Amino acid sequence: MSAEQEKRAIRCLVAKVGLDGHDRGAHVIARAFRDAGFEVVYSGLHRAPGEIVQAAVQEDVDVLGISILSGAHNTLVPKVIEGLKEYGAFEDTLIVVGGIIPDDDKAELKELGVAEVFGPGTPMEETIEFIREHVPERA
Amino acid sequence: MGEDDAHGDEVHAKIADLVDGILAGEQRALARAITHIENRSPGHRTLISRLHEHAGSAAVIGVTGAPGAGKSTLVDKLAATYRERGDTVGVVAVDPSSPYTGGAVLGDRIRMGSNVGDMEVFFRSMSARGRLGGLSTATADTVTALDAFGKDVVIIETVGAGQNEVDIVRTAPTVAVLVQPGSGDDVQTLKAGILEIGDVFVVNKADTDGVERPVAELEEMVHRRQGATVGLDVGHHGSGALGMNAHGTDGADVREEVADDPTGEAPSWTPKVLRTVGTTGEGVAELIETFDAHTGYLRDSGALAERTHRRYAEEIRTLVRADLGALATDEIERRGGIDELAERVRKRETDPYTVANEIVDPIARCIERDNG
Repeated sequence: MSAEQEKRAIRCLVAKVGLDGHDRGAHVIARAFRDAGFEVVYSGLHRAPGEIVQAAVQEDVDVLGISILSGAHNTLVPKVIEGLKEYGAFEDTLIVVGGIIPDDDKAELKELGVAEVFGPGTPMEETIEFIREHVPERA
Repeated sequence: MGEDDAHGDEVHAKIADLVDGILAGEQRALARAITHIENRSPGHRTLISRLHEHAGSAAVIGVTGAPGAGKSTLVDKLAATYRERGDTVGVVAVDPSSPYTGGAVLGDRIRMGSNVGDMEVFFRSMSARGRLGGLSTATADTVTALDAFGKDVVIIETVGAGQNEVDIVRTAPTVAVLVQPGSGDDVQTLKAGILEIGDVFVVNKADTDGVERPVAELEEMVHRRQGATVGLDVGHHGSGALGMNAHGTDGADVREEVADDPTGEAPSWTPKVLRTVGTTGEGVAELIETFDAHTGYLRDSGALAERTHRRYAEEIRTLVRADLGALATDEIERRGGIDELAERVRKRETDPYTVANEIVDPIARCIERDNG
């Protein structure tokens, strides 16, 4: 039916990877995304990179937001990206990282395919606006 | 299928790719197909049409209950237990969406701790998206996709009990209703609705105090109902036995009539009341045995065919109504939009009946011309 309305929603996975147990930030982000009209899948704490990949692939998210406060981003993020590539899900997933990331590492993460890194104090509107602008146009 | 012609070859090619991918067992294709279904994207109808012939072999289980009853945790353990015996599992977990922003936090996946890293469990979170009657359609279509993908078991986890689970019942031939201890009063108030949709009642969190009371109450309700309405038992999802007779089908209805006789050996089903502890997995094996028994009953009694038949009848009606509604909406737009029409009625320039007739008449004339 040509008249049937297509109803799209931005789907996000908010993911906590590794041993870091601080999820207040991830909760705040998840709620802000919800209020922005996104559909947010929250991973829960202490996820292995493989679990994040499984969730991102099966949930077919537009955006993967990884929250890392443990400093292990250089080990964990590449593993997630590798996994996404394995399932052909890297190309059209917008990957953003939030947490405490030194500037040198930021450049490296971006080189790997992370679209943006948001540090502490980033206004929520900025993150949401970035996602709205950069969410992959999928057919 | 005319809808897709308008969108050209690109859509066709993409849908064909998705179908091929699903039949080849590609996770990504399945995930993408479900997104198509959820979004009602161009070509999604062709997608379901193509998948339909490959579906039909999965056992579909619905799990419903009040918020916090432990549905997600139990579904996780169910999936893990099915996996232990070699079955592949698909899960569709529906969470509510915000009526204000349309946004949603889909939290069921957090409980899926027993199945992480096991790609043979395909877990998909779904937002209710406040669709008018559309939740059931998207869920049913997603079940079709998981079924066609080759999952042996598909579990549907509903939003916390409300009115939606009536839809879910139509999609899942076997329905488990979860109750938690300490909700005795809830059980009382939910009696009428819940008794009609449960094939299995599960008192979850059975390691807590006060588990005896809901078990006893449910047992009593189940048996009292059976005593009061023996003849209706086999059709507890609706007018099952009556429907069969009305259709004048094969011997199945005869067997069901025999089932009314308490001494008969014919298949019949009295809802079971079980206890589980979702966090430890206690009672989950028995629950699966009960699901198996129910599936067996459905098949042997002919009730499965009858229920599936009824579900498709309902689905066809829903689709046709939605499509006709969309045609009417288009027609309203062509005539200046609903606001202008309403304003004209308010100014007494015309009346609602005349407006409705003007909108529907061209559609009705087309149908007449087609049939003439």
